[in-house]
Amino acid sequence: MDSEDVLGTAADWLSKGHKVALGTVVKTWGSAPRQAGSQIAVRDDGAFVGSVSGGCIEGSVIEEALVAMKDAKTRKLEFGVSDEQAWAVGLACGGRVEVFVEPIE
Amino acid sequence: MKRETLLALNEAKRQGRAIVRASNLSSGEERLIDPATDNSPLGLEAARAARADQSGPVQSESQSWFLGVFNPPLDLVIVGAAHIAQPLSVMAQMAGYGVRIIDPRTAFATIERFPGLPISHEYPDEALAKAPLGSRSALVALTHDPKVDDPALSTALRSPCFYIGALGSKKNHAARLARLKELGFADSDMARIHGPIGLSIGAKSPAEIAVSILAEMTQALRMGSGIRLPSP
Repeated sequence: MDSEDVLGTAADWLSKGHKVALGTVVKTWGSAPRQAGSQIAVRDDGAFVGSVSGGCIEGSVIEEALVAMKDAKTRKLEFGVSDEQAWAVGLACGGRVEVFVEPIE
Repeated sequence: MKRETLLALNEAKRQGRAIVRASNLSSGEERLIDPATDNSPLGLEAARAARADQSGPVQSESQSWFLGVFNPPLDLVIVGAAHIAQPLSVMAQMAGYGVRIIDPRTAFATIERFPGLPISHEYPDEALAKAPLGSRSALVALTHDPKVDDPALSTALRSPCFYIGALGSKKNHAARLARLKELGFADSDMARIHGPIGLSIGAKSPAEIAVSILAEMTQALRMGSGIRLPSP
């Protein structure tokens, strides 16, 4: 589905000694930009590959992923995107998405 | 996710195998499921999700799971390394296809024109016998040459591929269908061939025609009869 090799890049980062966490879209309501199963991999220095939205929630997911690498705990994040906010970042979706964030142990 | 899970998912991808990762979002338990062989209740849910190419939450034996589907990449066979093949091969890779080129005319299909892509100089029926079309495959025939296009289309019609397209005018396409009919294909089989190829968007340049072909492939994939995995 994705042309970006998210998990391949994650494995590459791990082999180079980085910590990595994954974010996965597990549920969507309304017109969400990326379907369930879409993934992002976040490296311990904040670099990332893949996407879980059209760009409006990646910032928060990356922040939570960095915390998850430190405390080694998973978390479930829910984002309701108001239309107004969505317009501000160029995405008029108005949907809701749930993202599961997990460190790779 | 365990590191071993990540490596197993990457290995399945390398081998072109479908695999489903089930995660229990409350307990944190994870299972890797081979959707072709696992007959447990969760395995059957995984097979359904893999066939639909759709990740999502399921309930199984009063547990909540998230099924992440990892299907092998889509497969595009371009028969005829013509001018349209170059932009189409690039765009299709961006859309997640693994692209392969078949053209017995060796002057056309060179590595310089298609960097990094597998190129076969055999006739399409021979090349496709070695690496068959599956239900996640699309085939486009671009040579205009019956000697090359016809064996490609015949092979595609006998496969479960989700898209078949053939370049050529309405007149050429009618002549092509008449030839295929003589080979024993029924009208209902031949209705699977999109010809003239591509959605009608007034495309003129090779890149625009590639857009119209990729758009039609996407329509067949997402709005057509859907992806069916070959029965195990």
